[in-house]
Amino acid sequence: MSDISFPKGAHAQKSLLVLDARTRKRNAAEARFRRMGLVAVTIGILALVGLLSSIIANGASSFRQTFVNLEVYLDPAKLDKTGERDPAKMAKVTTFGYAPLLGRALAQAVEAQGISTEGVSKKDIEALISKEAPATLRNMVLANPELVGQTISLQVLAQGRVDGYFKGRVTMESAALDRNISPEQLEMADALRAAGIITLGYNWGFFTAPDASDTRPEAAGLGVAILGSAYMMMIVLCLSLPIGVAASIYLEEFAPQNRWTDLIEVNISNLAAVPSIVFGILGLAIFINFVGLPQSAPIVGGLVLTLMTLPTIIIATRAALKAVPPSIRDAALGVGASKMQSVFHHVLPLAMPGILTGTIIGLAQALGETAPLLLIGMVAFVREYPGSPPEGFLDPASALPVQVYNWTTRGDPAFVERASGAIIVLLCFLVIMNIAAIVLRRRFERRW
Amino acid sequence: MYDAPTNNAEINVDQNEIKISARNVQVYYGDSHAIKDVNVDIAPRTVTAFIGPSGCGKSTFLRCLNRMNDTIDVCRVEGSIQLDGEDIYDKRVDPVQLRARVGMVFQKPNPFPKSIYDNVAYGPRIHGMARNKAELDEIVETALRRGAIWNEVKDRLHAPGTGLSGGQQQRLCIARAIATQPEVLLMDEPCSALDPIATAQVEELIDDLRTNYSVVIVTHSMQQAARVSQKTAFFHLGNLVEFDDTSRIFTQPQDPRTESYITGRIG
Repeated sequence: MSDISFPKGAHAQKSLLVLDARTRKRNAAEARFRRMGLVAVTIGILALVGLLSSIIANGASSFRQTFVNLEVYLDPAKLDKTGERDPAKMAKVTTFGYAPLLGRALAQAVEAQGISTEGVSKKDIEALISKEAPATLRNMVLANPELVGQTISLQVLAQGRVDGYFKGRVTMESAALDRNISPEQLEMADALRAAGIITLGYNWGFFTAPDASDTRPEAAGLGVAILGSAYMMMIVLCLSLPIGVAASIYLEEFAPQNRWTDLIEVNISNLAAVPSIVFGILGLAIFINFVGLPQSAPIVGGLVLTLMTLPTIIIATRAALKAVPPSIRDAALGVGASKMQSVFHHVLPLAMPGILTGTIIGLAQALGETAPLLLIGMVAFVREYPGSPPEGFLDPASALPVQVYNWTTRGDPAFVERASGAIIVLLCFLVIMNIAAIVLRRRFERRW
Repeated sequence: MYDAPTNNAEINVDQNEIKISARNVQVYYGDSHAIKDVNVDIAPRTVTAFIGPSGCGKSTFLRCLNRMNDTIDVCRVEGSIQLDGEDIYDKRVDPVQLRARVGMVFQKPNPFPKSIYDNVAYGPRIHGMARNKAELDEIVETALRRGAIWNEVKDRLHAPGTGLSGGQQQRLCIARAIATQPEVLLMDEPCSALDPIATAQVEELIDDLRTNYSVVIVTHSMQQAARVSQKTAFFHLGNLVEFDDTSRIFTQPQDPRTESYITGRIG
C-alpha cells in the first residue's frame, strides 16, 4: 500500500517558521473579516447610543415640571351663590369662574413680594398659570364643597411656556416672537422662582394624568395610555398564552404529520410575517364592524394584538417543545404514562423557560405595536380613564406607542418633550420585560 | 426458514411457561420491511438476549413488545404478539396498561430532571399503586433496593436524579422501571453508555432480576449476552436467524450466519 504516493510538489516540505503565501492570505482574510465585524458592531452601538441620547436629551425633562404655589381664597360669592354647598348647584360654575381666583391669588403674591409689574397686565399674570389649573381647582372644590370660603394653599401647573423656559426650551428671544408669552412675563417668572412661588418638582402627573389638549401640553400625561396598554397586555396574555401553548402542544405532540398539518405550519409562519397594519384592518372589519365592539376599546386592541402575538408564541413554543430530548418522552411512556401525562408532567415543564421567553418577547412586541391600533380608533383623544376590568375593557383608552405617535403630530414643541418622555417610559417597560425573560430563562434552564 | 421455537415446542410447552409469544411478526417503517416473520417465545424468569449487527431490527422488535413503536407514525406491525395468551395488538388493549406490565429501560440513561425519589415514584403515582405516602415510600425503597442503588442514594433521595453518575443513572432507570412491578422488563442496550465497572454492576443486577421478572435484553456485546442470558436470539437483516439456549448458540450454532457473527466475520 505504501507504494501509492501523492503527486509531488502539492505540499513541498518547508520550514514551519516561515509563513507561506497561502497561509498569509488566509490570515489576512480572517483579519479583514474580524475588522469588518468590529466596524459593524461599532456602527450598531453608535446608532443605539445616538438614538438613546437624543431621546433622553429631549425627554428627560418631561419627568420634571414647573409648579406655581398659591394661597387661594375660594370666594363663596363667586363659587356658591346659594350658600347651600350643594355640589349639583355649584357645578354650574364653570372653570371660567375659577380662573380669576387663581389669577388674583398670583397677583397678590406678586404684589406681596414687591415684584415689578411693569409691562405685565393682570391678564398676563393669570396667563402664567396653566389653563388646566382652574379645572383642577374646580374638581377639588366639587369633591369637597366645605373648602369654599377658606383660603387654601395649592400647587398648580405653570403654563407650558414658563415650564419650557425653566427647562431651556423657551428663551427670551423666542418669547419675543411668541403670542403666548412675553419676555416681561418670563422676567416675572424668574422673580417668582427666586421668591419660591414657582418651583420645579418631580412630575408624577406625567404617569397619572390623562392626555391634554394642544394648548396645555404641561398637563398632558400617560395615565390613560399606560392603563390602556396594561389592559391590552392583560388580554393578550390571557388569550395568546393558553391558545398558543395549546395549539403548539397539539401540533407538536399529538397531530398526525400530514398535508393539513404542513399547511397549518406554513400558514403560521406566514402569519408571523404579515404586516401589523393588516391585522388592524382585520380587527376593524371583524371586531368593530361585524361583531360590533366599541371603537378605541382595549378589548379590540387586545384581540388584534393577540392575533399578532399568537404566531410568535406558537413558533417559540414549538421550538421549545422540540428542544426537549425525546428520551424524556420515551422514559415517561416506558413507565406507562399516557401521551398526555408525558407531555404535561415532563415535556411541558422542561419547555417552560422557552415558552415564557417567547411569550414575553411576543408581549413586548405587542406593547410597542402602533399601526393596528391606529386603525381601530385607539388614536382618539381620550380624557377619561377606562373603568376597572372587566367593564373597563370596553371603555375608550389609549396606548403608549399610540400616545407617542399622537404627541409627535402636535405643533407645540412642548409635545416633543412629552413624546420623548413617553418613549423613555415605553422603553423602560420593554427593558423590564426583556430582563424578566432573561431572568426566567436563566432560572429554569439549569434543570436538565 | 428457520423455525425458532421448535426446540421448546418439542418439550411439550405448558402455556404458563411462555410469557410472551410472538408469531409471524412483521414490522414496516413506511415501505421498508424492518422485521420479517419473527417467531419468538419469551419464557418467564429468564433472561433472553437479542444479538445481531447494527440495524438488524433487534431494537425494533424489542419495542414491539410494549408497543413503543406506536409513537412512530410510519411504523406498522403485523402478526401476533401475545402476553399471557392475550394479543397485545388487540384493538381493546390500551398501550398504557400494557407498558405498566412490560417495563422498559433505554440505551441512554434518561432519568427525569426531578429528584431520585420522584423518578421512582412517578410510575406508582400515575398508576395509583400506593394509597398513602408510607406505601409509596415503601415501593420506592423496594424498587431502589431491587435496582441495587439504594445504599448509594438513600441519604439523598431528594437530590436530582440527573446528578448521579452514568451507571447510577442507569440503575435508577431500572429501579424506576421495576417500581411499577412489571412482569417483563425490556432493556435496549442498557450498558452501551456505561463504563466496564458500571456494566458489571448492571449485569449483576440483571441476573438478580431474573428471579422475579422475565428480562429481554438487546446487546451488542456477545460476551454480555453469554454472561447474563439463558436464551439468545440472533437477528440478521430483519430475520430471526437462530433462537436457542445461550450455551448452544455460542458453542454449537446451527446456522452458518450465526457462526460467522459470533466469530466476528460478519457484523
